[in-house]
Amino acid sequence: MTDLRERAPAKVPTEKGKNALSLYRHLALMLLGAVVILALSYALPPFRNYQLATVGAYLCVTAGLTVLTGLNGQLSLGHGALMAVGAYTLAMTQNKLAGQGQWTLLVAVLAAIVVTTAVGAVVGLAAARLRGPYLAGLTLAVAVVVPAIASTFDTTFNSDQGLSVSVDPPPLALGYDFPYERWQAWLAWAGALVTLLFLANLVRSRFGRNLTAVRDDEAAARLAGINVARTQVMAFVVSAACAGLGGALIAVLSQSVSPGAFPLTLSLFLLMAIVIGGLGSLAGALWGAVLLVVLPATTHSLTDSFDVSAAVAQRLEGNLPLAIFGVVLIVVMLAFPGGIASLKKFLPNAKKLLPKRKA
Amino acid sequence: MDRFIFLTFDGLSRGAVYAAFALSLVLIWRAARIVNFAQGAMAVATAYAGYSVATATGSYWLGFAVALVGGLLLGAGVERVVMRFVDHSSPLNGVVVALGLVLVIQAVLGMIYGNEFRPAGAPFSRDAFVVGGVALLSRFDLWVFAAVIAVVALLVLLFTRTAVGLRMRAAAFAPDVSRLLGVNVGGMLTLGWALAAAVGSLAGMLVIPTELGLHPNAMDIVFVSAFTAAVVGGLDSAIGAVVGGVIVGLLLSYVSGYLGATVAPIAVLVLLLVVLLGRPGGLFGSVKARAA
Repeated sequence: MTDLRERAPAKVPTEKGKNALSLYRHLALMLLGAVVILALSYALPPFRNYQLATVGAYLCVTAGLTVLTGLNGQLSLGHGALMAVGAYTLAMTQNKLAGQGQWTLLVAVLAAIVVTTAVGAVVGLAAARLRGPYLAGLTLAVAVVVPAIASTFDTTFNSDQGLSVSVDPPPLALGYDFPYERWQAWLAWAGALVTLLFLANLVRSRFGRNLTAVRDDEAAARLAGINVARTQVMAFVVSAACAGLGGALIAVLSQSVSPGAFPLTLSLFLLMAIVIGGLGSLAGALWGAVLLVVLPATTHSLTDSFDVSAAVAQRLEGNLPLAIFGVVLIVVMLAFPGGIASLKKFLPNAKKLLPKRKA
Repeated sequence: MDRFIFLTFDGLSRGAVYAAFALSLVLIWRAARIVNFAQGAMAVATAYAGYSVATATGSYWLGFAVALVGGLLLGAGVERVVMRFVDHSSPLNGVVVALGLVLVIQAVLGMIYGNEFRPAGAPFSRDAFVVGGVALLSRFDLWVFAAVIAVVALLVLLFTRTAVGLRMRAAAFAPDVSRLLGVNVGGMLTLGWALAAAVGSLAGMLVIPTELGLHPNAMDIVFVSAFTAAVVGGLDSAIGAVVGGVIVGLLLSYVSGYLGATVAPIAVLVLLLVVLLGRPGGLFGSVKARAA
């Protein structure tokens, strides 16, 4: 026993050293990401910049959701609703403070994160006691209830019309003709990169290991001294904070919030995005967020090229992305239940198989 | 008091529909341990088919029959083509696949019919009879009661009195033993899905002519209410689904009658939360099932 105790301190510094190394690596990656986004924002035309900004906003949410669903095994269909919480909080705070300078946006975004975190804690407390379909059903109910809440408290939320968000123009220090869309891309990606840095470090920490331990075997995790319920609630809270940030950014980008912007299908899209990217993978969350923006845009230009009447084109345009997302979701789930990330595991296995056959 | 009586009858009528829909969820849960999140979308799809036939032929009842048969076929098809191949190592997989189905079905409906609301006619008058100055029930409500009671009675007969029902229960309870004894377990599973989807289609045909109207997303909120009903009763229990359906129907009726229709979905969410946290086994279910 004493032998073990003597050895233990020697192990701690190496562990810390590893953590510090991965922190530097993540910082470097984040800086690289910032440079890439900066370059892109100058190279792209305004509309593409707006799309880039939307990817950034979605990335906050998908990254948070993939940690919750992929690493902790809790399926949430309520993240669209959590985004709505963030968006409405931002709209109300920003409108109250409007015109006092750029700092108000930061305050409003922080307020959005705090409020969404609080709501996420309430849902998470319930979620920690539920498994599988029960959790999915509860979070589905949360998603469906958004328009009802907006209409019930219509003096605050202005029911279906929603609220407009007054966002200040880019700071004058950037020049008079600084494109607004570039500023939006900067804002959204600042949020996304901070979220990624935070989550990347989190999943490599003790907390991150607890998440997967709880997902894989609750009894074993409990035996190892992990507080299962607290881990699950914390996972939900972290994920909700990310969704709140993403929702706030969406509100800033569209300069309006309404229940129609956060339908149930949004929650399903988010789920699809993380499933395609590979559950639990932050890089997968990025690909998912890109897909969420690119696929509808592609089908839009595709239906434009079809030679059909305006009414048919409109129907196709709205529904083709839905159909594609749905089919992809089913196919990925049936063929690769672990998501695309699990494909990596197949590759070395296949290589191992080949020489065996020759021998 | 008049209003209370009216709302009670209205709630019972809604409750009957939720009971039928919850029953369809319970049927699949008992057969396959999957909560079919696509049930609402499947019911809407068959309702669209039914109303298309009804408009084309002018006969509501032909359309009604088409919707029910469509439900049987769609349920069997979904089980044979998709659900059979779901990896059950994680309970999430079945849910995610069902949600994928929701997206596909709603998208296809939107492509064919457009995303606007379409009026859906009722086979009977929805004007309530007035007894002693109190509005009680409409002919349509009576039809809803008759249809749901008939379906429940048929299901009870099927599961308790027929050989097929016994095989279905055996296949769900102990698949391996049943297979050894010569039961076609896969076939029973398909049959369970088909029956459940047909019951769901019936619920759809009963609920869509009320305030909903035809819309690809029309059943989202009904699904949530019916899921709540099924959970209130305990997902495993058919009687529980019926009782849960009535409870949810009454609650919705009172809440929308006294507090306004927009509050109703919030009331459902609160009920679901309270039941899941307060009595995790539901009224008639066992707690063990909840952790599965």
